Amino acid sequence: MAKADVKLPQMQSGFDFGLCRRNDMLVKQGGKPAKFLKTGTTIVGLVYKDGVILGADTRATEGEIVADKNCEKIHYIAPNIYCCGAGTAADTEAVTDMVSSQLELHRYATGRESRVVTALTILKSHLFSYKGYVSAALVLGGVDITGPHLHAVYPHGSTDTLPFATMGSGSLAAMSIFESGYKEDLTREEGMELVSAAICAGIFNDLGSGSNVDLCVITKGGKEYLRNYKKPNPRTYIREKGYSFAKGHTQVLSTTIVPLKDKVTIIEGEAMEE
Amino acid sequence: MENDMGWMNAPHSMGTTIIAVQYKDGVVLGADSRTTTGVYVANRASDKITQLTDNVYLCRSGSAADSQIVSDYVRYFLHQHTIQLGRPATVKTVAKLIRELSYQNKSNLEAGLIVAGWDKYEGGSVYGVPLGGTMLQLPFTTGGSGSAYLYGFLDQAWKDSLTKEEAEDLVVKAVSLAIARDGASGGVVRTVIINSEGVKRNFYAGDKLPTWYEEIAPGISPLESLLSGPAPMVDTR
Repeated sequence: MAKADVKLPQMQSGFDFGLCRRNDMLVKQGGKPAKFLKTGTTIVGLVYKDGVILGADTRATEGEIVADKNCEKIHYIAPNIYCCGAGTAADTEAVTDMVSSQLELHRYATGRESRVVTALTILKSHLFSYKGYVSAALVLGGVDITGPHLHAVYPHGSTDTLPFATMGSGSLAAMSIFESGYKEDLTREEGMELVSAAICAGIFNDLGSGSNVDLCVITKGGKEYLRNYKKPNPRTYIREKGYSFAKGHTQVLSTTIVPLKDKVTIIEGEAMEE
Repeated sequence: MENDMGWMNAPHSMGTTIIAVQYKDGVVLGADSRTTTGVYVANRASDKITQLTDNVYLCRSGSAADSQIVSDYVRYFLHQHTIQLGRPATVKTVAKLIRELSYQNKSNLEAGLIVAGWDKYEGGSVYGVPLGGTMLQLPFTTGGSGSAYLYGFLDQAWKDSLTKEEAEDLVVKAVSLAIARDGASGGVVRTVIINSEGVKRNFYAGDKLPTWYEEIAPGISPLESLLSGPAPMVDTR
């Protein structure tokens, strides 16, 4: 096997837009614009009597293929703040992790519980400075000393403050459920039913969303992360013969045994000292 | 799936109708409440009139992100400015700050803004800061995609020395006219009245707005006539 000597390009600081220029040039020459891979998603949030309820589906797609049938789209930001993410999975994961660690340091510095608007401002200014290239569309919800809050955050850095919000490719299906079913001061059960109905609308009517429903209920007293609250897509076919394959199913062409003891020398070392 | 969902990933923009009118003792600002992402209405109840200081408010149009960030930054700066100055900032100062950000970043921003408020030196004043960063003080001005339908109307309907009620009626009528004709404007009408006594926010839901079309008289729907009419002919061959 020939060893390729790869020269990696020098990493300048900040975002490298070089490939954008290349893509523009290719399009001008008549090629197709490059597609990038996003999670089709349905994420929702609503404010109810005692706090906020966030919901999300669990399908992660790579183009037309389902990459993860049960991924987690409701990210932790603070003990009292959670954030659902739609768009490029890497971007939502990275941006929520970043805000979460900044908020933790802020909590140590101030000695107080984090506020939702703090997370909102950090997200907003980060996304705006990347001009929409960090493709993260988020539904941020939480309860702090000033009350329950729900915000929708868009990739270009704009935010909306709403009593109910939906995002992702399944947002239209979910919004139709919310617009017909939402009212002020919902009880916890009504809120959870409405949120799971909205996510199911996305799961069944949007190709980019599917699998299970995740819920997160946040109140003044605490939070309840209900992973896989509903599983409306069980795997119903089970092969009679089972899925284990005994020895003899695959033909063995050749066998080579390499004892690792010859390759590795074990030295007795001194114990680590404090 | 990605290509035909292009409109869903379009930047969040505010089609919008925004307006500000100076009257005898102050100003009245008005706006619709529709924020669109391509052709989808992302927020049907947005608040496009944001507070910059106690006595100066801003009407935002254009890109939602750009206008929000500009208003956040100017609000933050004005907070410090007010403390250092020791008295409320004048409307002109606020407008100049907005203009400075808008003009110096004209190639990266897409925000049409109207600054309006009351201070004790000039009374009520309205400043338009459209795309590009011009600053113009005017007795009344409009912005956003719906403003195109209001120039003629306002030229004819505006007069000097309006009272507070007349000015607010004019603003509500103007925004509802624009909503009737502009697809990118809709929802509710929000108004803010600023004068020496303070700030008053009002909200006009759809049913409170004048309609500019005739409602079609309710008649029998095709479904009803099918259900109540004679049974369809059956071919018994």
